[in-house]
Amino acid sequence: MARTHVQDINRSLYDFVMPEVDAERYADGLTPAIVRAISEKKHEPAWMLEMRLEALERYHTMQMPANWGPSTKGLDLNHISTYVAPNAKRTNSWDDVPADIKETFERLGIPEAERETLAGVGAQYDSEIVYHNMRESVADQGVIYTTIEDALADPELEPVVRKHFGTLIPMTEHKFSALHYAVWSGSSFVYVPAGVTLPFPLQSYFRLNAQGAGQFEHTLIIVEEGGNLHFIEGCSAPKYNVANLHAGAVEIFVGSGAHMRYSTIENWSKNMFNLNTKRATVGADAHMEWVSGSFGSHVSYLYPSTILAGDNSDCEFTGITFAGATQDLDTGCKVTMNGKNTNASVNTKSISKDGGINTFRSSVIIGPRAENARASVSCQSLMLDDMSRSDTIPAMDVRCAGASVGHEATIGRIADETVFYLMSRGCSEGEARTMVVNGFANPISKELPMEYAVEMNNLIKLEMEGAIG
Amino acid sequence: MAETLLRVAGLSAGVADKTILHNVDLEIARGEAHVLMGPNGAGKSTLGHVIMGDPAFEVMEGSILFDGADITEKSPTDRSLAGMFLSYQAPVEVPGLPLYTFLRTICQMRPELKTTARKFREEVGALADELDLDQGLIMRELNVGFSGGEKKKIEMLQLLLLKPQLAILDETDSGLDVDALSIVSKGIEAYRQRCDGSLLVITHNTRILERLEVDRTHIMVRGRLVADGPASLIGEIDAHGFEHYECELGDEA
Repeated sequence: MARTHVQDINRSLYDFVMPEVDAERYADGLTPAIVRAISEKKHEPAWMLEMRLEALERYHTMQMPANWGPSTKGLDLNHISTYVAPNAKRTNSWDDVPADIKETFERLGIPEAERETLAGVGAQYDSEIVYHNMRESVADQGVIYTTIEDALADPELEPVVRKHFGTLIPMTEHKFSALHYAVWSGSSFVYVPAGVTLPFPLQSYFRLNAQGAGQFEHTLIIVEEGGNLHFIEGCSAPKYNVANLHAGAVEIFVGSGAHMRYSTIENWSKNMFNLNTKRATVGADAHMEWVSGSFGSHVSYLYPSTILAGDNSDCEFTGITFAGATQDLDTGCKVTMNGKNTNASVNTKSISKDGGINTFRSSVIIGPRAENARASVSCQSLMLDDMSRSDTIPAMDVRCAGASVGHEATIGRIADETVFYLMSRGCSEGEARTMVVNGFANPISKELPMEYAVEMNNLIKLEMEGAIG
Repeated sequence: MAETLLRVAGLSAGVADKTILHNVDLEIARGEAHVLMGPNGAGKSTLGHVIMGDPAFEVMEGSILFDGADITEKSPTDRSLAGMFLSYQAPVEVPGLPLYTFLRTICQMRPELKTTARKFREEVGALADELDLDQGLIMRELNVGFSGGEKKKIEMLQLLLLKPQLAILDETDSGLDVDALSIVSKGIEAYRQRCDGSLLVITHNTRILERLEVDRTHIMVRGRLVADGPASLIGEIDAHGFEHYECELGDEA
């Protein structure tokens, strides 16, 4: 039957393991020696090594989140390998990528998407980017899409990286941002010159194949005045019985009048601790959009954050999370509104089943100078059984008179009468429930890039099938 | 006499600790149109839902035979695929599910209705015109924000697409204005002509029956079928109401 077919495709799509062939794996744990070794291998400028060592010191003095959020039990950082480099040189030709790694990305559909719908692709395998390429026509317009490692080695780009790197997400933000800056490896650096619009999205895909390892990639995006970029980030990993850790950082600088869309589909395996930090600062009259789909990981702490610094700037956050058995996903977003006439719109949906826990957490801060700021936050939750849990924790901090804020939240279940109605037209119970869940997710999934929207619908089908006994 | 399509025998049904239907016997032959009338709360809709297999109700006694097979234990899905259809008094809304996708899905799952995307689009378009439905509605989410009349027309659209052997129409006429009522009546007529299907029309309003040739009328009071008769019974009810039957039943229920 067609439904079983979908299930087969999806299982094999993410949950396959490639042997670690000749990989360079550094010892577990966190020591200055490991940090120095990573920096040395990358031939980094001295300032970067200093930054790493300072971050490591801070990391050791900072506390784990204690009184809020999902439990991090099971995450023992002394047993996480922070650096596992595949035995592959960075290349711009898939033919030069080692066969096992190439096969991984082929199974994930990356080269195909690159040919059909993307302006450029970066593919990271464990701790290093193994493939990076961009269409010539885009490069001709002055767009730069490379790794931070390579940018640091370029005398023209190094000052740009130095000026921006680590300024939007400080290492003091939280324990895992300190960790990130100590051991970051693998990265994307995007520079869109003033007035340039990319006709197609750029995509970075992060694959963590190594068992018991961490992935700490850094994404730095600069869109100059009036530029327009859609950046897509995808992530996945096979499932292991030991914890894996993802603590990346994404820093985005959106210039005046620019337009930026950042889409993520995160399908980490269910042994992953996803402690990722993302932030954008948005100039006057500029627009920032986050589209986020979170399906995987054991524990997530994920709150993409937007600073509406310029007047008349706006942001939209559209997100969906799906939490099944053993998953505790604490997701949402932060918006800080400093400019006048700024506008923030947050729209999220969550689906919980088989004891999965979804927590929506948002923080909207309207500063004292943000006259006429408007913010609306809407979150809808669907629970598929009595074992699951869904919480909504919205916070609003309004420091400017005359701001307009709104919040609405609904938590619902699939009504029996809806299932009966659909069954009375010939759908099986499973098909009926899948239709309702897909319908619930539909307003969000249609915001995702096409191939991911299809993937999301397949994922929901896959997830639903287990639910029907 | 024509072959029996539906036979309900000694059916008692209800919810957990309350019996709603008491020992109901009902037989509908192929091609026949039956009307089920009764005062509010008599259990008419419950009977329609139990015949369709609504899991909200429990069958305590008796059996339901459809097209020669005992379907008492069958799922609503199986009953639908076997050719049974229930039009809802209040069709449910399914946010995010495009009506067109839904229609296509429920037709494609029936081998006899499988067709090309193009032919299907044409068929749906023609039916929408026939039912005076705005084509734009077809691309919208199933029943979400539809008016009462539009929802009932969408039910008729599904009836005409699925071509079931038996259609149970639960208060399809309730809440409709004169124009909508006339179009829904035409839809029912079209179903009768094209599919030669059987009908069980549940109503307490005789207006919808004006255009329909009725073979048999049943009266339900307090969960019991207390009388049946020819089409002329409808006229009697119209004139005198159900009081007579209620008195006859006395306090026993």
